Amino acid sequence: MTRRAWVSWRAAAVALAPAFLAQGAEAHLVETGLGPVYDGVAHFALSPEDYVPIVGAALLAGLRGKDHARLAILLLPLAWLVGGVLGVLPGAPAFVAPLWLPFLAIGGLVAADIKLPVGATAALFAALGLILGYPNGLAMHEYGQGLRGVVGSTAAIFVLVTLVAALAAGTTIAWIRIAWRVAGSWIAASGLLLLGWALRAQ
Amino acid sequence: MKGNANRLVLALAFAAAPTLVHAHPQIGEATGFLTGFLHPLTGLDHIIAMVAVGLWGAQLGAPAIWMLPVTFPMVMAFGGFLGLVGVPVPGVEIGIALSGVLLGAAVMTESRPPLIAAAALVAVFAICHGHAHGAELPPGTSGLTYSIGFVVATGLLHACGIGIGTIHHWSYGRLALRALGGLISVGGVFFLSQAFA
Repeated sequence: MTRRAWVSWRAAAVALAPAFLAQGAEAHLVETGLGPVYDGVAHFALSPEDYVPIVGAALLAGLRGKDHARLAILLLPLAWLVGGVLGVLPGAPAFVAPLWLPFLAIGGLVAADIKLPVGATAALFAALGLILGYPNGLAMHEYGQGLRGVVGSTAAIFVLVTLVAALAAGTTIAWIRIAWRVAGSWIAASGLLLLGWALRAQ
Repeated sequence: MKGNANRLVLALAFAAAPTLVHAHPQIGEATGFLTGFLHPLTGLDHIIAMVAVGLWGAQLGAPAIWMLPVTFPMVMAFGGFLGLVGVPVPGVEIGIALSGVLLGAAVMTESRPPLIAAAALVAVFAICHGHAHGAELPPGTSGLTYSIGFVVATGLLHACGIGIGTIHHWSYGRLALRALGGLISVGGVFFLSQAFA
């Protein structure tokens, strides 16, 4: 393994560390005691329904190359921020996208390694950021973190997307690209099970 | 050196974060993941079949070695989906036991059917495993984290199989792999006898 690849793997390990926090901590709208911005960061880091599709989208962008990765770094946090700001507004109507939808859609695209044009990727990321960011903004408003909480979660998304997309875009080794696709299939499989839960609940 | 120290501090900071977290507990998140993750690991019938898929993939080489781990979780989840929405799949327990018998036999004999046939065989068994195991959500646990844990554990079992299967590159390894396939097949026969009992 080259030094560059080794450094990338270590960076990924650090980036993925928050994913394991969800096992140890129980929270939805957490209070870190460090203020609303950090509450927003912690909320995002402890919400697999948010960070798993975002990681999937970053992988999708990275697999498609540097142009798509750069687009993801810009668009995903921006769309999340816009959605969050709309959600924070007083009187914003309640809306939560079906949990399974982003899992199934994004995971399926990553697993199939679909070669989307840049425009389609941009539209997908804008939609994903909006439909995930909006309910996040609603929750921030409800629990009093407000706009600063949205800013915190947006910053967390920016960091996560930058790391994951850069890692995936920099991958040239065939089996590592396959590992990203396997991760996509895991996300899609989780989405399919979630769809089953949702239908059973009805 | 300084960069390494910085990364270590950052990683430790993340790891320490749960001690700062209080309020508004979302019940079932952690137990959901752990329950889902442990579920496939507590059923020997599931373990041997998942490992056998990885072993067989390693024997078959590319493209099966990457095609099976990419497609299996989704097909298995489809089986779980069918179970969740109440679509019956007849003979699920027999199918699970047969998966051990046939996949073990395929490894033992180093069987090399056309890729489409291998994929179809594995897909049928994936549906049986998903149908039986994917829909067993204990009360009080999160469906989201349970699903993630279940899929990740199954995928890691494949990875174990593929990892073990790399001994296929050596002649003694090939022999050991075939012996392991035989062992899995025997295990499958045991589970088959249980299914008919």
